Amino acid sequence: MAIKKFEIPELLKDKPSHGACQGCGHGICWRIIYEVVEELGYKNKHVIFHDLACGSHGLFATHGHAFSGAHGRAIPTATGYKRIRPDMLVFSYAGDGATYNIGMQHTVHTAARNENITAIVVNNTNFGMTGGQMSATSLIGQKTTSSPAGRDSKENGNPIDIVNLYHGMDIAYLARGAVDSVPNINKTKNYIRKAFQKQMAGEGFSLVEILAPCPTNWNLTPAAALDRMENEIFKIYTLGEFIERSAK
Amino acid sequence: MAEKAIMKGNEALAEAALRAGCRFFSGYPITPQTEVLEYLSWRMSEVGGELIQTEDELTGLHMLIGASLAGSRVLSTSAGPGFALFHEGISYICGCEIPAVLVDVQRVGGACGGISASQGDYEEVTHGGGNGDSQYVVLTPASVQEEVDMMKEAYEIAEKYRNPVVILTDAIIGQMMEGITLPDFADIDIDKFDYTYKELKDGEDGIQRGGYPGQGFPAYAAHMGAKYKAMKEAEQRWENIEVSDADVVCVAYGISSRVCKEAVRKARAKGIKLGLIRLITAWPFPEKAFAEINPDCKGLLAVEMSIKGQMVPDIKLATKCNMPVYGYFSLDVVPDADVVVETAEKIIAGTCEEV
Ligand SMILES: Cc1ncc(C[n+]2csc(CCOP(=O)(O)OP(=O)(O)O)c2C)c(N)n1
Ligand code: SF4
Repeated sequence: MAIKKFEIPELLKDKPSHGACQGCGHGICWRIIYEVVEELGYKNKHVIFHDLACGSHGLFATHGHAFSGAHGRAIPTATGYKRIRPDMLVFSYAGDGATYNIGMQHTVHTAARNENITAIVVNNTNFGMTGGQMSATSLIGQKTTSSPAGRDSKENGNPIDIVNLYHGMDIAYLARGAVDSVPNINKTKNYIRKAFQKQMAGEGFSLVEILAPCPTNWNLTPAAALDRMENEIFKIYTLGEFIERSAK
Repeated sequence: MAEKAIMKGNEALAEAALRAGCRFFSGYPITPQTEVLEYLSWRMSEVGGELIQTEDELTGLHMLIGASLAGSRVLSTSAGPGFALFHEGISYICGCEIPAVLVDVQRVGGACGGISASQGDYEEVTHGGGNGDSQYVVLTPASVQEEVDMMKEAYEIAEKYRNPVVILTDAIIGQMMEGITLPDFADIDIDKFDYTYKELKDGEDGIQRGGYPGQGFPAYAAHMGAKYKAMKEAEQRWENIEVSDADVVCVAYGISSRVCKEAVRKARAKGIKLGLIRLITAWPFPEKAFAEINPDCKGLLAVEMSIKGQMVPDIKLATKCNMPVYGYFSLDVVPDADVVVETAEKIIAGTCEEV
């Protein structure tokens, strides 16, 4: 039996630990992103634009070009960079709060322009960095520090699902993965690969949402957080590929 | 080749930006600035650059950050209500130490205000540049030619300090046509600065800059403090006209300073010793210009299109509150040279009220 050897991506070697909480999904996301960057041969021909939320823990944990701009603005900052250096692999990395709350105008208009960048959105259904407040994707009934009785649609509005929002949008690629299990991690890695390949083929905008646990703010153990994903979150936010423009 | 042309201020400014090597514009329409966007929407592609009409002004600035990090000379322009949305981005441009040139074509009033000329954004632009100790050089052109000339200078200052530079102009200079000489096209190498992009070897770190200092706040404070101090010392710009023997010295910038120049001529013809300190930078405020004022001068006259007289605190600080300061504030109409002269006469007669 062939034994698969796991190597840390070069881009993560000899760097300080990222400092995210135990059981956090962000660490797995970075790992698979940089695996794909290296597998596709874009090491050091890539630049990541972080949001300054929990995702920015990865900023100084990697080699290569990495930048953290303002909360919610990673997508426009990545856009500006890509327009000047189209040969680079350029992607944003931000949470659900950044992408669907404060930065929603960019999420809509960047897709409308079909900008040739990739947005990676780590959806943990709350504002992790600021202590677990309700975000655009918090589920109905989800208790957060700003919806302590549980999200109520009358009080707090309804969750936003990017798949519905992007319905009919002429973009290159939209997929949703998760980092709760090995099969899902592998699938998500493929989504990221596809998104990057489409960008480098000039097909336009790709968004990969990654459902990820935030045990700290869900008040759950890392293991129970994974159960919550399977039992609650996947029922509302379905996994898979939703938009894929066929290559012309 | 340098070219002569008759152009509208906004369009001349846009053309001058391209000739200074700007290849990225992101912005949003607002009167009286819109011609910059409209002109560049066809002209930018002719020179091989990128233009994005953004979802709002705030977005424009965050796009600039990306394009500037990639090594391009970048531009965004707006008027007061849009400049208000610039502040988040300005703070990031300062904090992340990225060069960029921004323009405020001032219009009248707070809130939505109106679309006619005014100079009410002085405080917003010179003293209000975003959260947390951000500061940048503010250039104040008084003619279309000066708008053109300042573009190149603005990029040079921005790159020297790795900091934004703002050109603070107004609806009249932006909208009027004047004869100008346009400079040649500059060649800008986007690989020029290794603080933007650099080729990396394995295991090397590239630009790794956050909206927070990687080296910790004390080191950052010392570094930024020294930089702002250097800017304050080296970048004061002004034009003094008949100041040394003047009994009254006007202080003005932009369109108001043109009127004051005329007022100086008219006053001198009548034997009234009027002078003018014209700001060419609003920040750093040209304190050095005030050294030329003679000790018997009766007072300074701030001439500005605003309600509050927004330059007054800066004038008082520049003179260490040692001289009386008077004001002629005309908000939405261009100041009248004859009123400037009359006010100077009242100051000399001791019948004018200080501000
Ligand atoms: C303009 C602005 N508003 C608010 C904040 C505070 N803030 C920082 S991160 C964050 C929310 C983060 O949530 P999300 O984007 O979902 O990322 P996560 O931390 O969950 O990964 C907020 C509100 C800020 N830094 N800037
Ligand atoms: S608060 Fe949540 S999202 Fe942030 S590092 Fe901790 S587990 Fe991760």
